[in-house]
Amino acid sequence: MDYDLMARVFVYFAKAAWVTVQVSLLSVCLGLGLGLAAALCKLSPNRWLQIPARIYVSVFRGTPCLIQLFVIYFGGPQIGLQLEPFAAGVLGLGINIGAYMTESIRGAILAVDRGQTEASRSLGLSKGQTIRRVILPQAACLMIRPLGVNTIALIKGSSLVSAISVLELTYTAYRYISSTYRPFEMFMLSAMFYLLIITVASFLIQKLDQRFVLQQ
Amino acid sequence: MPGLKLSVLIEYYPILLEGLLWTCILCAASIALSLVGGVPLALAGISRNRLVRWPFGFFVWLFRGTPLLLQLFLIYFGLPQIGIYLSPMVSGILGLGIHYAVYNSDVMRAGIVAVERGQHEASRSLGLSRTQSMRKVILPQALSSVTPALGNNLIALLKESALVSIITVPELTLSAQRAISETFRPFEFYFAAGAIYYGINYFLELGLKRVEMKTALSR
Repeated sequence: MDYDLMARVFVYFAKAAWVTVQVSLLSVCLGLGLGLAAALCKLSPNRWLQIPARIYVSVFRGTPCLIQLFVIYFGGPQIGLQLEPFAAGVLGLGINIGAYMTESIRGAILAVDRGQTEASRSLGLSKGQTIRRVILPQAACLMIRPLGVNTIALIKGSSLVSAISVLELTYTAYRYISSTYRPFEMFMLSAMFYLLIITVASFLIQKLDQRFVLQQ
Repeated sequence: MPGLKLSVLIEYYPILLEGLLWTCILCAASIALSLVGGVPLALAGISRNRLVRWPFGFFVWLFRGTPLLLQLFLIYFGLPQIGIYLSPMVSGILGLGIHYAVYNSDVMRAGIVAVERGQHEASRSLGLSRTQSMRKVILPQALSSVTPALGNNLIALLKESALVSIITVPELTLSAQRAISETFRPFEFYFAAGAIYYGINYFLELGLKRVEMKTALSR
């Protein structure tokens, strides 16, 4: 093990780790937005909302994330979509994780007791008000854990954007493996940062989960 | 090159079909490895011996906390550093297999722990050794109870198999890239590859549902 080398390239991996964090954060935000919208569409009685949402979830959970990224980044220009690697990566990861988050959110909403809906409707609240003020806050507590699982998966999935040349951890690992011919050391450095990011993320999610315990 | 030209798919579909075949072979081998490998990892995880549990716990933590792509790099580029030279296909199978063996081991461990104590006690009191009771009584129950969760992992494996194209395994994604390098039409071929993955995924899900129905414990 060449510790000297690891010390020398450490700062580049730290910078790349920051890029990984940025990509992950932005993708999670996009995914949450899409997931919430699609979950509500899937639960809607309106078929024009339900069917596109179901197709979205089925397609993006049923195909590899790498292919989705390639379609957006390499295929995009053919249909008029020219994106930088970072943007294409966030878009691709966000859309992909949004499909998984849709199911997490939908599951949480369905888990809220029917009595809540019935009670609020009979108290005169509209459907929109019911969802916004009664159901979603309660579902929010239930969806933190599954969404946390999705987020951790996303952090690991962010390694895929190295394939569309985003300068994140895995790309940096590959780059330094090619130039230093010391794969173990580069793996150790990247693994260290990934484990760090995931540990911190898991900790934060746990804290969030504890903070929003559902009072039954 | 703007615009779409779907006719290239008709010209180049043999390349995609070849890739599909290799993807199926790759996935079959990786699935087998991940299922077979998951059992010892799961058993090691619940071992009473700390000297067994901790190293395996560390190994599981390491492989769950790092991306599959990084692990593939470790196997494909890292093993030659210690003198082991593997072909891309073998590296891919090993990488996917080990990665999902770790995920499967977690699922199996939960299944084993969930088998009620009465089963352990009954089989031991009937004279079966610990190994025998594990092999003949506990594991069969544990594994059939977690079949759905294992199935989900297998579906995930199928989709992540696309990553091995990055270490030059000639599967579906790489075949699409070969076609693209000749036609310069990435959208058509990546879209087609995606559709093919969707198709295999659909059939795999159907197959898994049948397996689940057959192995479901009657309660």
